[in-house]
Formats: sequence, structure tokens, C-alpha cells
Amino acid sequence: MLKLLYFAWVRERTGQGSEDVARPDGVATVADLMAWQAGRGAGYAEAFADPARLRVAVNQEHVGADHPVADGDEIAFFPPVTGG
Amino acid sequence: MIRVQAEDFDVGAELEAMSKGNHAIGGLCSFVGLVREMAGSADIGAMTLEHYPGMTEKALAEIEAEALERWPLESTLIIHRYGRLEPGDRIVLVAASSAHREASFEACHFLIDFLKTKAPFWKLEETPDGAKWVDARSSDDAAAERWMKD
Repeated sequence: MLKLLYFAWVRERTGQGSEDVARPDGVATVADLMAWQAGRGAGYAEAFADPARLRVAVNQEHVGADHPVADGDEIAFFPPVTGG
Repeated sequence: MIRVQAEDFDVGAELEAMSKGNHAIGGLCSFVGLVREMAGSADIGAMTLEHYPGMTEKALAEIEAEALERWPLESTLIIHRYGRLEPGDRIVLVAASSAHREASFEACHFLIDFLKTKAPFWKLEETPDGAKWVDARSSDDAAAERWMKD
């Protein structure tokens, strides 16, 4: 299983803040996962249409699109941060 | 020290707490971020700060640890608020103390620059046209970039 988290407008478009999903066949990296997300339906398609607009954290660390994805990971998708 | 909280903070009391009793401190530099009334041309009524509980604390602790490694500091403090904030409200306090001013100035600047590009917070502004997520600024990336090691 993967624990997926969404923040800011990514959360609004997917319609939820978190969900658990079985790791889809063939999904080995963050880039694979984003491509799979884009095919899940309207809100997801919109949220993941342009992966360059998204930032990703795996187990609460910022990572790049080539980072591996493994069962048990907590994977968060969000826009570039705007705190401070 | 790291704190992530909804409630306001007392800048004077916080700065006193991080320096009281430590007479090795010769300089204490602080930065306070406030909610601005205007962003671009739209009137901002208020904003809501969302964050990623767990990662936020972890990211801030990493930024603090990096500052402590780079400069000879006596103490550091990062307080960041979340939730709904109105113009004039305090959002963030970062501070660094050291024997001499140079390290405290530089570390304070580093803390806020890194926080702005690495800590998982997002601002949702209330505008006359509805709520809008604030876009990240490339100037913030450039500011953080200045502190990157070769």
C-alpha cells in the first residue's frame, strides 16, 4: 500500500486530503505514479496534468520525479511552497 | 527551537527566552513576517495557511540544524503559524543569536530564505474574486539559491 497525501489546490482537485492505494503494477518511481494519477478521473487528470507544477515528498522529504516508490511509502503531492 | 502553532506569539518574550542567562551572546538578530494588506493589485481580506503536519516540523528542524552547522550560533528559533490570519497578523518569527553580529545576521537571513522554499506551507488568500492559492515566486528560489553550497 501507498499512503497518498494532497495539499493546497492539489487537495481541492483530487477532492481529498489523503488516501491509501495499492501500488499499481508498473509504478516504480514518482514519475510513474504521477502518470498513473493523471489517468484516474477528472479531478486527478486536472491535478496531475502538468507534473512540472507539482512538488513531491516521499516519507516527508522533498524528492525528484526519478525517486523510487515502495510499498509503505507516504507520498505527498503539492504546489511549490509559499510559507514565511 | 521549532514551533508550529495556530496561536500568536510575543516577539519580545520569545527573544528574551532564547537569550536569557546566556552571557556568551553578543548579538541577537530576528525577522518577523506579517500578513500584508495588498498582494499585487487585489485587496487581501485575510489568508489561511495550510501545512503538512509532520513534514513541516521535520523540514524546519533540518533548516535549523543546517544553520547551526554553518554558523557559530548560541541559539536559534523558528515559530511559524498556520490557520486563518488577517492583515497585520504575525506569520513567522526566525531568530539567531551568536557572540558577534555577523553570524546572527547571516543565520537569520538564511533561516527565512530557506524556510520560504523548503517548509511545506501554502497560503490561500481571500480576494474580492474569491479564494486564491498564492503562487510561489522565483525571487524566493533565487534568494535561497544564494545560500547553496557549491
